Parts: sequence; C-alpha cells; structure tokens
Amino acid sequence: MTVPDDIDRMIIRATEDGLPLVAQPYHALAEDLGLSVAEVMARLRAMAARGIIRRMGIIPNHYALGVTANGMSVWDVADEHAGALGRKIGALDFVSHCYRRPRHPPDWPYNLFAMVHGRSRDEVRARVGEIAALLGDECRGHDILFSKRILKKTGLRLGPERKESCSA
Amino acid sequence: MMPGQAPVILDAVDRRIINALQGGFPVSERPFAEAAASLGLTEEVLIDRLCRLRQTGAISRFGPLYNAERLGGAVTLAAMAVPEERFDEVAATVNAHVEVAHNYERDHRLNMWFVIATDRPARIAEVIGEIERETGLVVHDMPKQEEFFIGFRVDLS
Repeated sequence: MTVPDDIDRMIIRATEDGLPLVAQPYHALAEDLGLSVAEVMARLRAMAARGIIRRMGIIPNHYALGVTANGMSVWDVADEHAGALGRKIGALDFVSHCYRRPRHPPDWPYNLFAMVHGRSRDEVRARVGEIAALLGDECRGHDILFSKRILKKTGLRLGPERKESCSA
Repeated sequence: MMPGQAPVILDAVDRRIINALQGGFPVSERPFAEAAASLGLTEEVLIDRLCRLRQTGAISRFGPLYNAERLGGAVTLAAMAVPEERFDEVAATVNAHVEVAHNYERDHRLNMWFVIATDRPARIAEVIGEIERETGLVVHDMPKQEEFFIGFRVDLS
C-alpha cells in the first residue's frame, strides 16, 4: 500500500470539508495550494484508484432528508459462522454497513453489527425482523440501538479544523 | 441535529441530483458541467442547487469521502455507559478530541457511541486512554474485525 505523501495530505486537508462549489473546483484548489491543476487532478485520481478516496460527490445528511431512523442492529452469532452470516446481512439493500466486532461480555455479547436504514422506526424494526428470519437459529440474541441525537459529525480530520464558505 | 427534525423540502430536481451524485463526480476541467449534462441541467443550475442543498443541510458535504485506513490511519467504534446526569459534560469532553469524527447518543445502557479516526494507528489507544482518564468512565473499544459491505446510497426515488 502506498502511504500518501505530504502533497496528498495537503490536498486531503484542503478538501476534508468538501470541494469549492465553483465551475472549476480543482483549479480553485490548485491555486489555494500553490500547485498545478494537473498535479491536483492526477493526485485525486490516484487516491481514488488506491481507495484512499472512497467516493466523490454528495455526502447526504440522512436526517435532514428524512430517510433514516438509523437503527444499529447488533447480533450474537457463533464466531465461526460470523463471516458467512455477515456476508448475507451485508448483501441486503437496506443495510449500509455490516461489520464483525469484538464482544465485551457481560455488558456486550454481540459480535455482528448491521446499520439498518428506514423512514421510520417501525420500518427499521420490520427490516431487523427480516434479518432475524434470515439468521434463524444462528441468532442467539439481538438488539436494535436507535440514535437519539447526533452529538458530533465532522468526518476524518487530519489537522486543525477548517471553515469553508459557499462561493458559488 | 435531532432525528425528529422536519425534513428539508426537496423538489424533483433536487432528488435527481442527490440520487445521481453520491459518487462518480468527475475529476476534470469542468466537472460540474459534465455532471450537469448527464442530469439534463446546466452547470450554473447544478452549482446553485448544490449550494442551496448544502446551506439547508440536506447534504453535509460535497467532495471526496476519504477512507482513514487507506490513509495509513485507523478507525474504531467506541461505546460508553454514561450516567444521565453527566451526559452533556461527557459528550463535550469526548467531542473536544479532534479524532472523534462522529458521536451518537443511542437508547441503550451503552448510550454514547463514537467513531475515532486518526491518521496514526497508535493514536487510537491514546485517545481512548485520554477519554477514560478525563471522564473516569470505561471506553469499550470495538474495532471492526471484518467488513462485509459498504456501498449504501440514499435512494430518494
């Protein structure tokens, strides 16, 4: 894996709050950073190719869009089956993330996490029911943790926070 | 931002933009012009719409979504059981760490769930240690051991 160099990091810092909303955003970025636009674009493409940039575009606010009840469903399944079951759950179209994580007994017996989205808590509960049916006897226990409040949402920060203005 | 807030009002064009542009935005000389053309819009209209969607909070950001682990960094999910009467104070303490990228209150005995993202893997344990010392509470570290899917997009159609 290629570790990003200082120029990549400079570009990441300058874009962690987003791109300028102007006709030539990469030109604006290049000018801010004292780089050529060709270099900025080449580095962004390379970071996308290496998976450093997961995707490029709109990062929606699910709450403002009324899309989510954001239920974190958590499951206790046998460790030796967690991989196969996780892949099944992850393939469902209403699941945004599915991970295997360590248990913390006795407080936390669960080892699979699946974030389930829906327009209401009832819809999320129904979808969690679908997962339970899919797992059948493999499921030894589960729970849904609904979010009550977003306390912070800033995304990855490499350095000091940076303010952005809407310049279009 | 409360889950119960009134959703932002979107028209059909906003919905089309949100559905189409959650990825694949080009790296090119005039990327908004290209993206606009595929949506049957003009560059100017697309930029105006995105600006407004960001101002109303319908979109949190427009640009690259970075993967901390591919940056040579690390991410973990951490959970705490915070006594109700200390909740706001502890939230402020946790959020003061720049490495805390997201933090959610959830309805469980483990009622505070936050993501720690760093560009230096060793920093994760340090941040957890700092939060435990500052709050006197146990932080359960739940790093992912396996990832099964991450490609979800909001679909407003």
